[in-house]
Amino acid sequence: MAGTQVREAPVAGGVRTRTRWGDFRQAFFGNKLAVVGLVVIALFVVMAVFAPLLAPYDPIRDQNLTERFAGPSASHPLGQDELGRDILSRIIFGARVSLTAGLAAVVFATVFGTLVGVVAGYAGGLVDSILMRLMDIILAFPSILLAIVIVSILGQGLTNALLAVGVVLLPQIARVVRSSVISIRERDYVEAERAIGASDAQIVFAAILPNSLAPLIVQSTLALATAILDVAALSFLGLGAQPPQPEWGAMLTDAFRSGFGVFTEGQHAIIFPGVAIALSVLAVNFIGDGLRDALDPRRQR
Amino acid sequence: MITFIGRRLLQLIPVLFGVSLVVFFMVRAIPGDPAQILLGQTATPEAVAEVRTRLGLDEPVIVQYLLFLRDAATGDLGDSLVEGKPVTTALLEKFPATLELALAALLFAVVIGVPIGVIAAVRQYSFLDRITSVIALTGVSMPIFWLAMILVVIFTVNLGLLPFPGRVGNEVSFTSYTGIYTLDTLITLNFPAFWDVLKHLIMPAVALGTIPMAVITRMTRSSMLEVMNEDYVRTARAKGVVPWRVVFRHALRNAMLPTVTVIGLQFGLLMGGAILTETIFTWNGIGQFAIQSIDGRDYAGIQGVVLYGAIFFVLINLLVDVLYAILDPRVRL
Repeated sequence: MAGTQVREAPVAGGVRTRTRWGDFRQAFFGNKLAVVGLVVIALFVVMAVFAPLLAPYDPIRDQNLTERFAGPSASHPLGQDELGRDILSRIIFGARVSLTAGLAAVVFATVFGTLVGVVAGYAGGLVDSILMRLMDIILAFPSILLAIVIVSILGQGLTNALLAVGVVLLPQIARVVRSSVISIRERDYVEAERAIGASDAQIVFAAILPNSLAPLIVQSTLALATAILDVAALSFLGLGAQPPQPEWGAMLTDAFRSGFGVFTEGQHAIIFPGVAIALSVLAVNFIGDGLRDALDPRRQR
Repeated sequence: MITFIGRRLLQLIPVLFGVSLVVFFMVRAIPGDPAQILLGQTATPEAVAEVRTRLGLDEPVIVQYLLFLRDAATGDLGDSLVEGKPVTTALLEKFPATLELALAALLFAVVIGVPIGVIAAVRQYSFLDRITSVIALTGVSMPIFWLAMILVVIFTVNLGLLPFPGRVGNEVSFTSYTGIYTLDTLITLNFPAFWDVLKHLIMPAVALGTIPMAVITRMTRSSMLEVMNEDYVRTARAKGVVPWRVVFRHALRNAMLPTVTVIGLQFGLLMGGAILTETIFTWNGIGQFAIQSIDGRDYAGIQGVVLYGAIFFVLINLLVDVLYAILDPRVRL
């Protein structure tokens, strides 16, 4: 981590040492919305991990057609869906599916986007031109449409849907990484690494990547918000999670496709899964905004 | 400026070439035989083979692509299987519905987003400002298909104010010239029909416009904040210009520049969002056509949507750049 160390101020009589981590912590945790976001996401993660313990009913098997669209009650706090299943249990189990899918899509986009960005930015020239034009072509498609075409090729299903979302998000990450690699490539400390005979791989991993982490972390966090929304949208179009899998977007589709009755009798079956999506995405956006403010020195007040 | 526009239009050629190459091979990688889907599962193998030959699907893919390029150069993108007519004709029929929806969404986004952004910036750090930033973030965090359903729950089912679904009620009739129904009913002075069409347009437009509204609010706020610190704003204040005049004449005009760029970029997103909105509201536009052509393995249809979409996107952004130069005399194209 040669490049990331900040020269510490001389410690004299009670003067507190400022470190980069300390500055970051202070800025991030001083941001109320970011902390709220972190708490909400933590709750969702706990929900996902302990779903079998927390959910009062089985999300798939406990059907009861006589209680179709029964409203919220003491035994079913969020009501029942078009097959009489407990909506709360399905949302709790859905956290596993929806959040993991969004996260997986972003991990895919981050890993390959970073690879493309580093190669393009570090190599420059023809390689750079070819890779970035390729990214431009992906960006020229409306992202949902491209994702739909990719899922159509790979076949319906959650795994393919998250891969499609990953591909669609990849260019954003690649662009951010490329631009920070280009700005770092010519710095003195990179020159120094080169002078002492470091290989390209060593330069990239020791000097360039650690210094482009801040924008990458921010971009990936914001991409996670988009990923959760896009995976839900694909599920809504019937291309992602398939029934009876409890996934938030798919819960909305299943309710919507059960007929107009959902709008009159089953309003809770529409409201709650959407609240779960919106709440988790909002929390991620709060965290992303907090990270951006904390990591970008120009934005600090 | 003419050379600038010419150069930008020339740059369209490689982009379209790349996009056509990608979409051409991608749609052919979708499993499923268009001829089989067209004729149904009961069709005889001979009939399927005949249709395949007629559609030119027997040729090697690379030959198909070259033939496609040859025809595309003359503006012929082939026939849509789903619609049974040339793709360009089919898209031109669907386009007004989507354009009307997108423009209404954008109007909603600008009319709400810009004033809120200005107020938040003028009263920076106030309670109003904080609420605004939370609302703006909430706007980009909502799945639009969910928002659409919630609007139906509130305004159609519970309040009975707005009709759902479709673009126009069954009992209403009018002559359509442009395909943009609000315009059609206005120019024929058919006000009852106009009122009905307008009511059908409100919910889809709000659903589609909410994300752009949130983005425009944030952009307006941050560029207003930047401009309010400029010397010319301070000068205007110092010489005693009334505050609202400082905000609207001196600051907002300059702050609108980045906002205009963002509005242009939103148009691409609107086209994607239209797929979801049109699905919910049974809005017979490009978004529905895109879904139908993918389901029907309508290769020419999908290619048409994507290629025209790319052209439209590039032209909108060109328009934004030109607008930029008109708004800001300092910008030279």
